Amino acid sequence: MFDKVWLIPLFPLIGFLINGLFGKKIKNEAIIGAIGTLMIFLSFLVSCGILMQMIGLPAEQRVFEKVLFPWIHSGNFKADMAFLVDPLSVIMIMVVTGVGSLIHLYSIGYMHGEEGFYRFFAYLNLFCMSMLLLVLGSNMLVMFIGWEGVGLCSYLLIGYYFHKKSAGDAAKKAFVMNRVGDFGFLIGLFTLYWWFGSNHNIWTINFVEIKAASHLLPYSGVVTVATLCFFVGATGKSAQIPLFTWLPDAMEGPTPVSALIHAATMVTAGVYMIGRMSFVFVKSPETMMVIAVVGAATAIFAATIGTAQNDIKRVLAYSTVSQLGYMFLAMGVGAFSAGIFHLMTHAFFKACLFLGSGSVIHSMHHALHKIHSNDDAQDMRNMGGLRKAMPITFLTFLVSTIAISGIPGFSGFFSKDEILWQSFSNPYHGNLNILLWVIGALAACLTAFYMFRLVFMTFFGECRINPKAKSYLHESPLVITIPLMVLGALAAVGGYLGMPKLMGMLPNYFEHWLEPVFELANEYGSTYAYHGAHPSHALEWGLMGLSVVIALVGIGIAFTMYVKNTELPGKFVATFPTLHRAVYNKWYVDEIYDYLFVNPCKALGQFLWKGFDVLVIDGVVNGVANVVMGFSGIFRYMQSGYIFNYALSMALGVVVMLSYYLFK
Amino acid sequence: MENLNSYLIVSAVLFSIGTIGVLTRKNAIVIFMCIELMLNAVNLTFVAFSRYLGNLDGQIFVFFIMTVAAAEAAVGLALIIAFFNNKDSIDVTDVNLMKW
Amino acid sequence: MSNVLSLTTFLPILGVLLLLFIPKDSKGVLRNVTLAVTIVTFLVSLTILTGFQTNADFQFTENVPWIAAGPFVMRYNIGIDGISLWLVILTTFIMPIAVLSTFTAVEVKVKEYMICLLLLETGMLGAFISLDLFLFYIFWEVMLIPMYFMIGIWGGKNKIYAAVKFFIYTMVGSLLMLVALIFLYFKGMEAGITDFGLLNFFSLKLDMATQIWLFLAFAFAFAIKVPMFPLHTWLPDAHTEAPTAGSVILAAVLLKMGTYGYVRFAIPLFPEAAHKFAPVIATLAVIGIIYAALVAMVQEDVKKLVAYSSVAHLGFVMLGVFAFNVEGISGGMLQMINHGISTGALFLIVGFIYERRHTRLITDFGGLSKQMPIFATVFMIVTFSSVGLPGTNGFVGEFLILLGAFESQLRWWTIVATSGVILSAVYMLWVFQRVMFGELDNPKNQKLADLNAREIAIMVPLLVMIFFMGLYPKPFIDKMDPAIKKLVAQVRVASVEAKAIPGAEAVQLPAGHPPIDQSQMQMPLPAGHPDIKMASPEQGTPAVNQHDAK
Repeated sequence: MFDKVWLIPLFPLIGFLINGLFGKKIKNEAIIGAIGTLMIFLSFLVSCGILMQMIGLPAEQRVFEKVLFPWIHSGNFKADMAFLVDPLSVIMIMVVTGVGSLIHLYSIGYMHGEEGFYRFFAYLNLFCMSMLLLVLGSNMLVMFIGWEGVGLCSYLLIGYYFHKKSAGDAAKKAFVMNRVGDFGFLIGLFTLYWWFGSNHNIWTINFVEIKAASHLLPYSGVVTVATLCFFVGATGKSAQIPLFTWLPDAMEGPTPVSALIHAATMVTAGVYMIGRMSFVFVKSPETMMVIAVVGAATAIFAATIGTAQNDIKRVLAYSTVSQLGYMFLAMGVGAFSAGIFHLMTHAFFKACLFLGSGSVIHSMHHALHKIHSNDDAQDMRNMGGLRKAMPITFLTFLVSTIAISGIPGFSGFFSKDEILWQSFSNPYHGNLNILLWVIGALAACLTAFYMFRLVFMTFFGECRINPKAKSYLHESPLVITIPLMVLGALAAVGGYLGMPKLMGMLPNYFEHWLEPVFELANEYGSTYAYHGAHPSHALEWGLMGLSVVIALVGIGIAFTMYVKNTELPGKFVATFPTLHRAVYNKWYVDEIYDYLFVNPCKALGQFLWKGFDVLVIDGVVNGVANVVMGFSGIFRYMQSGYIFNYALSMALGVVVMLSYYLFK
Repeated sequence: MENLNSYLIVSAVLFSIGTIGVLTRKNAIVIFMCIELMLNAVNLTFVAFSRYLGNLDGQIFVFFIMTVAAAEAAVGLALIIAFFNNKDSIDVTDVNLMKW
Repeated sequence: MSNVLSLTTFLPILGVLLLLFIPKDSKGVLRNVTLAVTIVTFLVSLTILTGFQTNADFQFTENVPWIAAGPFVMRYNIGIDGISLWLVILTTFIMPIAVLSTFTAVEVKVKEYMICLLLLETGMLGAFISLDLFLFYIFWEVMLIPMYFMIGIWGGKNKIYAAVKFFIYTMVGSLLMLVALIFLYFKGMEAGITDFGLLNFFSLKLDMATQIWLFLAFAFAFAIKVPMFPLHTWLPDAHTEAPTAGSVILAAVLLKMGTYGYVRFAIPLFPEAAHKFAPVIATLAVIGIIYAALVAMVQEDVKKLVAYSSVAHLGFVMLGVFAFNVEGISGGMLQMINHGISTGALFLIVGFIYERRHTRLITDFGGLSKQMPIFATVFMIVTFSSVGLPGTNGFVGEFLILLGAFESQLRWWTIVATSGVILSAVYMLWVFQRVMFGELDNPKNQKLADLNAREIAIMVPLLVMIFFMGLYPKPFIDKMDPAIKKLVAQVRVASVEAKAIPGAEAVQLPAGHPPIDQSQMQMPLPAGHPDIKMASPEQGTPAVNQHDAK
């Protein structure tokens, strides 16, 4: 079965080609949707087969590399088109194909009647293929194809409604910011390749080979440079500070896209990449610290913005940024398997949340369309009380919200708590740990707050939609609700795969599964150990309890403000207008970037063109030409046109020459 | 050959008269005649030297020059007539189209 | 067929003779005959590709006496190796596409135009296959004239200015090269070289000062053609004014003359000087990458934007070539081909919309995706190829260049150059967005027709190559690999020798310095010198004089 791994990206590719080339002629939405969904589902089946086979194998035999064909071979450099099957990539392909299949199915209903239906499914398939290449690539370059490929698909899908200027802008912004990250990725790759090659004559970018040689890497030094560069790549793809602003804008794309690309899969690529190269990252305590700090900062920063947004999808977008921050925090504190675990649970509940919001928007849009209203179908201020009209959507949404808020028993709790605990107890960052924990816990509080704010504003209270439209609100069709139910169930129970050891009810299957992947990294990491004594179980229980309390506080505040006492938010805004404006405007980060980078670049371009190219260089070039012309302008007066003048000068010339020879 | 010098002096004088004529006169036909004068001055020199050196090459050259001069006269007169037809003048100051 | 190379080169001339017998009013016949000639040339050139042995030698060589004037002996000495092979194929591949693109674009003086195109093809092919310095020079100049006429006669509003600028810029460079060439020949005569054969000069040992002057002269000529910052300003003008086919050929092949000149002549002939000037040239290349990208960003004319993007792309090529390692030069060579395909395609795309709307201003467009979906798809693929998205051709070249340059001493340059990757995305996507996305609000754009069959036929081969080279570049790299390894070994040996001479690095430009002992220059390499990494043992002796081996 391992041998057939190339089928996994192949199926979506076929789907892409069929829908992309012939979709326009097929026209029938059912066929197009079925092809797209079937292809990714076939990949899911193959992935399941691989998972089953891997479960049957002993831990040390779970790594398999499949070389498809040689790709770039030049000089010392070798990169094959090759796939790596190991416990980490299997988790990723399961998530991508599993969640991907559900979202494809959902899209059939959601995108019904859209112009360019075939285009949407073609892009979605192409995205799945790229994402699978990314997670399956056995060397950095194949990963990079996927890495840029998902960026491309993200570009295409954000810009799906290309006639809207905002969509085009958002798409371009996403791609360019990702490119900034890619710049880092490439430099990191070069640094690592060059260091291994010139120092140890190991010219490789293959993950397995680098892992085998990773004991040669020094601590800090060049590794810090390389890993920081890789981390820049990760911040671009995974929307971390400072490159996070593209993700909220990316909500211009259709909602299934937000669910698949900008929540469940693509944006987690940075986390995956760090996990894939954990044995390199862990060798640089500086980078680990940077990752942890950036992750924590992003988690809280994005959470604050999330509290003040009114667009349902934007709240979820900032929530995603914040949750990704958690994952990076996990990576930065060496809790690799917890980070990947959170990646997985987040894929479940955030996909469910996005799809749920899509279901709401779908219904709202439909209702508003019926009465020809121009109200914004995504604005939560127009919603409220939807739980009666859309019970399934409400229920699954609620389950996922509980999961993301970290209420015990639901998936988010296990993964989030594991991260918080490890950020407190990890051996890497000394006294910084407490700060990391506090920030993490605060972000958890904010998360619970804004998520329940979202739920309360959308599903509870009075219905604020135009009364005429109210009767048109209805639950979405099955093709939309089935994925919601499956994801909701996963969001509820998915966490039991990775129950903390402390609770002792189930073994931590997840950590155990990933152990062979992160063994080496943990071994390198064990050399740090700033902490002398191991924190006690009592402390762990205590902190766990504390984080639950904090989450409950967040929910309580949300309940008070948005259900019990609905004039409170208005009062709050009136009391702190500046703060609210700053938060509402996303701390003006976009404006700052415009001011710092975009405008100076344009101005510089203008200056270089009009100032340097035209004025200086062409000035010199044309200047030379003009000088020549000026001189010839003077000398041309010698051409009088009278033959006798020419004859005279000829005669004079003869006289001069003769006299020179005669009298010298 | 008693005195080469006298031949050469005559030739030089003729040549100078021709040159000055070409440079100063405005009438195309006069200029033309001056050119003939110059050519014949050269012919005289050729013959004189040919005789003086006992080499017939110079005299052969004279034949060539005379032929060329005849051809030139034919072409030149044709040009002058054509020019006269256009401009009603054979003054060379009227022929200054070839300038900047 | 041993003279297939000559056949390929001069087939277009035969085509010209054929065209002379066709009345100038039968435009259709003229076009079809030209197309047929270029296609036949392409097919013939494929036999070169199939017959090419993957090794470092020059193949399909022909070497017959040509001119012997006093001390100057020029021979008709041609042949190709892995480096020139792909450029020859690229030329013959692009030509039918360029011809096909003129079918409706050029309506006046069709016969003259077609003759120019064919003459140009011969000139370009000749320059790539010449192994005689003088022959190369002749072809180098031959290329110039048809291009001059193409811009000057069939160009846009400002065509005379652009044509003259193009001509004079190039001429200044090539005259310097001519002087250097003659000087080199005299130097060679002192060492017993009897003709202009390129291979003779590889083994010629020159002292550092001579090398520097000669290198500068050659480098200047080639830098204009590349074009490198700050000698690039002829390019935007020439591209903007040239007719579509002219722009395509200019971008796809003519610019490659400059970079090819470095790889074939300037570097192997004067390796030590090349090493000495590598940082300077790399700096100019990197400035070119960033500068051109920034300037491209603010252009209002799509064609000018593409022209500036060419400057940036060729900056990458130069950076790779001056990394002096296999990865860098392979990347540079690949990037030359890639740029030919991608930028050629971009100019064709600009040509398509220009033919429809007779404007190239970005602000005149917007929302074309809705009206022209096929065009949008094609434009998008080419855009991403130009941006260097993995999976397309642009990536492979760019990646190898950056990798190779990073490995060499040009590490810091590479880091700056890599940021060009970001900028290229900015300007290309921005123009794409402004032309293709948004509302289709300009009434003139609302009736535009999508690509017709001919236009699709033009683009399909290019699109196929974009993906083929991106996903399976192995055949390309494999064929050029031995020749590049040989070149690298050649350059490296020379640089090691230069370093082995105490004080040789300190040689300064001013005239009148103490001459360097020639015997010292030819000091044999110590066996197993640590700094030398030979590609393979039999390639250890660089610059085998194959002239006598015919």
